[in-house]
Amino acid sequence: MAALRVGQSLAPRTARRLALLSFVLPLLLWSAVSYIPFVWHPLILITDPGDVDYFQPGMRMDRADFRTEVAHAVAAHKPVPQGVPANPIYLPPPHAVFLALFTAFATPPATQDGNWLHESLWHSIQVIFWGFVISSILGVPLGILCGAYAPISKLSEPFVEFFRYLPAPAFGALAVSILGIYDGPKIAIIVIGTFFQQVLIIANTTRKLDFSLVEAALTLGTDQRRMLTRVVIPAILPDLYRDQRILLGWAWTYLIVAELIGTTSGITWFITQQARYQHFPNVYAGIAMIGIIGFGTDALLGLLARRLFPWERSIAAQFGASTA
Amino acid sequence: MTLPGYLDLAPDVRARFERLKARDVILQVEHLTKQFETRAGRTLALNDISFTTHRREFLCIVGPSGCGKSTLVRILAGLDRQSAGAVLLAGKPVTGPGADRGMVFQGYTLFPWLTVKRNVMFGLEMNNHGRAEAEREALQWLDLIGLGRYAEAYPHQLSGGMKQRVAIARALANQPRILLMDEPFSALDAQTRARMQSYLLEIWRKIDITIVFITHDLDEAIFLADRILVLKANPGEVAELIEVPVPRPRHPRQFAGPEFRATKDRLEALIHPPALGDDADAYPEMPRLTNVADEVE
Repeated sequence: MAALRVGQSLAPRTARRLALLSFVLPLLLWSAVSYIPFVWHPLILITDPGDVDYFQPGMRMDRADFRTEVAHAVAAHKPVPQGVPANPIYLPPPHAVFLALFTAFATPPATQDGNWLHESLWHSIQVIFWGFVISSILGVPLGILCGAYAPISKLSEPFVEFFRYLPAPAFGALAVSILGIYDGPKIAIIVIGTFFQQVLIIANTTRKLDFSLVEAALTLGTDQRRMLTRVVIPAILPDLYRDQRILLGWAWTYLIVAELIGTTSGITWFITQQARYQHFPNVYAGIAMIGIIGFGTDALLGLLARRLFPWERSIAAQFGASTA
Repeated sequence: MTLPGYLDLAPDVRARFERLKARDVILQVEHLTKQFETRAGRTLALNDISFTTHRREFLCIVGPSGCGKSTLVRILAGLDRQSAGAVLLAGKPVTGPGADRGMVFQGYTLFPWLTVKRNVMFGLEMNNHGRAEAEREALQWLDLIGLGRYAEAYPHQLSGGMKQRVAIARALANQPRILLMDEPFSALDAQTRARMQSYLLEIWRKIDITIVFITHDLDEAIFLADRILVLKANPGEVAELIEVPVPRPRHPRQFAGPEFRATKDRLEALIHPPALGDDADAYPEMPRLTNVADEVE
């Protein structure tokens, strides 16, 4: 591979290969730690307890303790316990997690009132959706107004800037006492986590509008009312769309905290439940599911952008370069 | 210090200017002054500028950088406010931007999200023409500028010259009284610029429009203008209003003609007066580097 050069652009083939490699490399690392016995493997998985009374098949032992017991057994001429090197239970091998991605959907809920995985996921998606929609209904117009009109900006942005630093989960208890224990407080946390960033980001995007377009529109006889709807908004729309994609990603990062508030629900309920039973492949599967949904949604929105904004070449270029 | 002699107007040229000045006054600028308030204090950008433009006149404004020619045209467009004085368009004072004054900017300023046709329709729609009527007129304008085939293209698919033609059509579609152009061709390459100049003159001949054209290219000014308003810098003031003696219709071969040369000499003398000593500071004699082996002429 050629040496790194600042600003160097890549051939599409190379870009695609590197993008693929960015997923393959961590996977290879994980496989190495899982499948090569002399890489890490700090524990011994007992296959035959021998004469040690507290050993059981399937038990994971510290390597040093196991050796001590083996030495004792050898000295006493009793059956020697057997075992193979193993990783801690919280690090399942890749194949177990990939399998869990499928079996988790096929496994019925453990309790009567429990949910199937797809039901949990659907619940999480709904929480994200409503949180993001409510935040956007308020945040997008306010952001545009702040960006377009200096008095509105000065009147609202300093406070928004302050509020942005208050961590959304801090409002959890408050949200529960106001909105109850079900979906209300969860949606509220996502709104609080998204809204304030949204106003500032969209205000900045609006301020970056090419002002010569506004002047051109003025000389064509555009009045103030139509300036906003016919010039400012269409001009910033591709950038606004890109901001919304980034903000939707942020909304997802608030999901787990939000779902822990009140009654635990959705994918978080699934993850915590599985962790309690030490079904770690399922835990990783649940976490990976969030990534797959988030990444997939963003890729779809990126594809959609190419249809929505045919005049915007930078979106097409950016999208073409970033995904395989 | 004597300025180069200025060519006397031939009788037919003189008669042409008599006819021009007999036409209605479209634009009247009276004692226009613009001050900028900065932290360092006040800067006088324009000082007591007065001139008139007649119907169907082509007026060019030239001047050294910093003479405030862009500020002047922005005030005419209503995008900036003057500190004192008045701008009258057909007798009525200008108080803000409006559809009666079209403007073409140096940057293309086409709306990138609209097709070429919708760009030309924009002004008509803003002035409450129906969609169908706006579309019909836009297509007529696109035919006039020879871009009918590109009606459904987006601006980013056009070359710089084509974009600027669309910008001219967009400004003219509103049927303004006057077309203001702020260095519209300076971002184009030399060949395209020359073609656009001939092209603009052709449009100007075909329709009833008065043009005020800012440029720093003296050849361009002489080639296009009936009269050239020459500004000087610090503060921006009128140096002279030159009546261009080059006969119309204009052709690039006139660049070598005596009227053209004389006008250019006069403009050069006004804009770049002979050095009074400061030139020596700005461009000191360059030392010869000792590691250069060959002598060059």
